[in-house]
Amino acid sequence: MATEAHAAEGATGYIIHHLTPLHVGEGFWTLHLDTLFISAVLGGLFVWFFKKAAENATTEVPGLVQNFVEMLIEFVDTQVKDSFHGNNKLIAPLALTIFCWVFLFNFMDLFPVDILPAIGSVMGIPYLRVVPSTDLNATFAMSISVFGLIIFYNLKIKGVWGFSKELLLHPFNHWLLIPFNILLNFVEYLAKPISLALRLFGNLYAGELIFILIALLPCYIQPVLSFPWAIFHILIITLQAFIFMVLTIVYLSMAHEDH
Amino acid sequence: MSINATLIGQIITFALLVWFTMKYIWPPLFNSLEERKKKIAEGLAAAEKGQEEMLLAEKKAKGVLKTAKEQSSDIVSMAQKQANDIVEESKNTAKKEGDRLIHAAKAQIEQDIQQSRESLRKEVAALAVSAAEQILTAEIDKTKHQEIVEKISDRL
Repeated sequence: MATEAHAAEGATGYIIHHLTPLHVGEGFWTLHLDTLFISAVLGGLFVWFFKKAAENATTEVPGLVQNFVEMLIEFVDTQVKDSFHGNNKLIAPLALTIFCWVFLFNFMDLFPVDILPAIGSVMGIPYLRVVPSTDLNATFAMSISVFGLIIFYNLKIKGVWGFSKELLLHPFNHWLLIPFNILLNFVEYLAKPISLALRLFGNLYAGELIFILIALLPCYIQPVLSFPWAIFHILIITLQAFIFMVLTIVYLSMAHEDH
Repeated sequence: MSINATLIGQIITFALLVWFTMKYIWPPLFNSLEERKKKIAEGLAAAEKGQEEMLLAEKKAKGVLKTAKEQSSDIVSMAQKQANDIVEESKNTAKKEGDRLIHAAKAQIEQDIQQSRESLRKEVAALAVSAAEQILTAEIDKTKHQEIVEKISDRL
């Protein structure tokens, strides 16, 4: 069906259409409205669900929702306690937010590729890219925020002098090797946000692309391929959310460690 | 595909979400978890304590029962002894009373015998006197021989 609808543009046109965001503005000041809207809705969903659970939280026998939420809380708390030994009120909520938000981003990938754009086009929206994590802006927004927190906590815990000393004299503690150390640390620190963002983006972009490619095949082959890929994707989306969360915790706990 | 202002919007959304989670979601849920943990631990401890107390109370009750049994058997044996004593005593008093009654009856009989003997003697004496009187009226003056008769009568 989808193939026929875009027959005029051909397969390439169909793919490009699916990967083009709904945007306004020019140059840097372009806004991807679909990414912004869907991620805000998903964030709102997460916050609403958890807030409701928090309001109804009892210390008595928990209900179904509370059980589920507490399972997530305990899961995140365990991850945080495993790798982070300081006292920081931000990290656990941050990790929970990242896990849930990224998971919901990725979960959008499991909707059939044409359903939401079709609804959108009925409503007069020409382009709709429903998976926010296939937008580099969404993944970089999180990884850059995390990077900012890494720098902030490095400065806060070690002080300006301690952090500079670490940048200059680590890993090779000799004044002759200071330029080399700077280069190494520069690459190391820069690699953190970039790898965080690109890992998530790459996985989900590729996954979405494969769904789109499957959608281009004849309809009798589609279920055979998209069904196992979707099942496999359930694993991928959870795993990617988990990796993003754990790496955030690890990076932040590294920022707290004084050498 | 390119990086653009969407990034800024996403950062703002992200910051808001994290702030909200930190302020309104994480603390109450985490606290309720911790509180429940504490409650469960307290409950378990209380249950253990209760069990211990039950054992203790059982032990105590056994002790109380034992002393009560001992006391009751003591009381029973004492009562038996007392009953025996009472029976014995009443036997004794009955015997004594009987003895006393017999004694009194004997004394009464003795007294009666004595009395009747006395009256008999008096009667005999009076008879003897009257006989002697009758004999002597014929021969002797009554007043003359009164003294002699009395002397004899006393000797009886």
